[in-house]
Amino acid sequence: MVHYILTRIAGLFGVLLVVSVITFALMYTVPGGPFDARALEKQQMVPENIKRQLNEKYGLNEPVWKQYALFVRNAVSLDFGYSMTYPNRTVVGIFKEQWSYSLQLGLLTFVFSLLVGVGLGIASAIKPNSVLDYFGTGVSIFCLVIPSFVFAILLQVVFSVWLGWLPTGGWSSPRHWIMPVLANSLAPILVLQRYTRASMRDAMRANYVRTARAKGLSRKRIILVHVFKNALTPLLTVGGPLAAGLIVGSFFVESIFRIPGIGFYFVSAIGSRDYPMIMATTLIWTFIISLSYLITDALYALADPRVSLVKED
Amino acid sequence: MATNNEATIETIPAKPRTNNLRVFRRRFARNKLAVAAFFFIVFQVIIAVAAPYIAPYNPYKGDFLATWETPGYSHWLGTDDLGRDVLSRLLYGARISISVGVLSQLAIALVGVPVGAIAGLKGGWLDYIIMRVIDVLSSLPTILFYILLMVALGAGFWNLIFAMTLTGWIGIARLVRGQVLSLKKTDFIRASRAMGAGNWYIVKKHVLRNVMTSMIVSVALGIPGAMFAEAGLSFLGLGISAPQTSWGQMIGMYQPYIRTAWHLTVFPSIILALTMLAWFLFADGIRDALDTNDNFSIGEK
Repeated sequence: MVHYILTRIAGLFGVLLVVSVITFALMYTVPGGPFDARALEKQQMVPENIKRQLNEKYGLNEPVWKQYALFVRNAVSLDFGYSMTYPNRTVVGIFKEQWSYSLQLGLLTFVFSLLVGVGLGIASAIKPNSVLDYFGTGVSIFCLVIPSFVFAILLQVVFSVWLGWLPTGGWSSPRHWIMPVLANSLAPILVLQRYTRASMRDAMRANYVRTARAKGLSRKRIILVHVFKNALTPLLTVGGPLAAGLIVGSFFVESIFRIPGIGFYFVSAIGSRDYPMIMATTLIWTFIISLSYLITDALYALADPRVSLVKED
Repeated sequence: MATNNEATIETIPAKPRTNNLRVFRRRFARNKLAVAAFFFIVFQVIIAVAAPYIAPYNPYKGDFLATWETPGYSHWLGTDDLGRDVLSRLLYGARISISVGVLSQLAIALVGVPVGAIAGLKGGWLDYIIMRVIDVLSSLPTILFYILLMVALGAGFWNLIFAMTLTGWIGIARLVRGQVLSLKKTDFIRASRAMGAGNWYIVKKHVLRNVMTSMIVSVALGIPGAMFAEAGLSFLGLGISAPQTSWGQMIGMYQPYIRTAWHLTVFPSIILALTMLAWFLFADGIRDALDTNDNFSIGEK
């Protein structure tokens, strides 16, 4: 178990290294240095010798491998430098201040989609071919085919433009939360609903359920004790990465509803080609998501004694 | 290959291939939703191909006397900020959506199938390296990776296909590799090897035919997925570049004007959703029609 976790952690750092090489190469291949971009914006020429001094100051005159080594060294101590769009704010500073919005949106979305997705999944597994089952299937098809940004816009048009019930954007009161959370929960609901349904149906067909029924246990007791325990543990494996994906923010929902979270800043960083911000976000997200896979796998092995992390062959 | 060997190989599978096709058609036709989706897709493809002939206006040319028009008689679905006809732009958008979906999946199959087949057949260090590359690529968050690549490459149709292929091949490669590994143990491949067949011959003659079913399903399901990704990236301004138009791009560009000009985002949204629905239902129908343990799986006895 310890060996397994150590290998996984080593793998995680391997992935981060690859991502950092890719992101660094990306930054390096883009034509023009950061000062050219700023000079272009301010409509003034930077004299050659000043440019050379600037390059020297920021270490851009060093060979590429040295620059990369410096980048890695700084990244390890969580120093990603200054944002190019907001020259007076560090990337880490932006993360510190804006993450709470993404966190709130993500957690609200997670709770909501957990209630709806798992609820519908259980209902349709217990009563197959019932109205609820068809409703659940309908909801999951809807979630499958509608991109979140399309749903977000349709919500805005109906509830803000036509009916005028809800504000089109912002995050200041619970009234602002309704539409973003709804739009953000399409994919999580789909995953949770389908997974719960499949997992429940598998458990209900299992031998131990037949035995329990043969013993004469009530249906309620069988479902509450035998089926739930076995069917809902696997949910951990999807729930963990899902939650991780949600708390790192959403590109689409945050930018449509103007929620100042990380996703919003990331999208504007793309627009303004704010490379330090793009790279830091990529690395931090990759780290969180990979870490969540590791944690859920370990937790799953703890929760279900039948699962072994050590390969058998 | 000696001819009498060929003859014995040919006589063993009892069912002729045309029968499989007929079985597939019958099974698919049973699924009414999938059939409806199929006709919707055919209709859309025709429209996309014929867009230059049926579009009422030039989708790229603005009319500065008719900007921000709401849906009306002369412009059925209104016009945008430059006075371009929304209906015409939607028709041309179908071309992008469908060609991105289909071309990216073809490219993915062209890369993924040979790589997976080689990894499975050759084994050893080559397999090891390919699998490690797949491991690393699959641990990257897909949408984030697309975004990074598109920032580096710049928006554009071919860059988009390239970015999708770069990460997309791993799924199908893994699938083909797995199937090859289990095929390798079957008697007919062993027999073929014993008779001196090389790797290439085995891939061509046996592996491709046997992985065809799962390949078709993977490609069919991948098409709406690629459309989804294209729409998302274009929404962020990283997909299709300016003169060309795509539904995702229209939605992204005019989303800030939703209060004053709802028609600019609502129509592409609805079309996009309907298209995705149709492709998913169609792909699902194909999978159901193919996915069976009895007479359809070509390789098994």
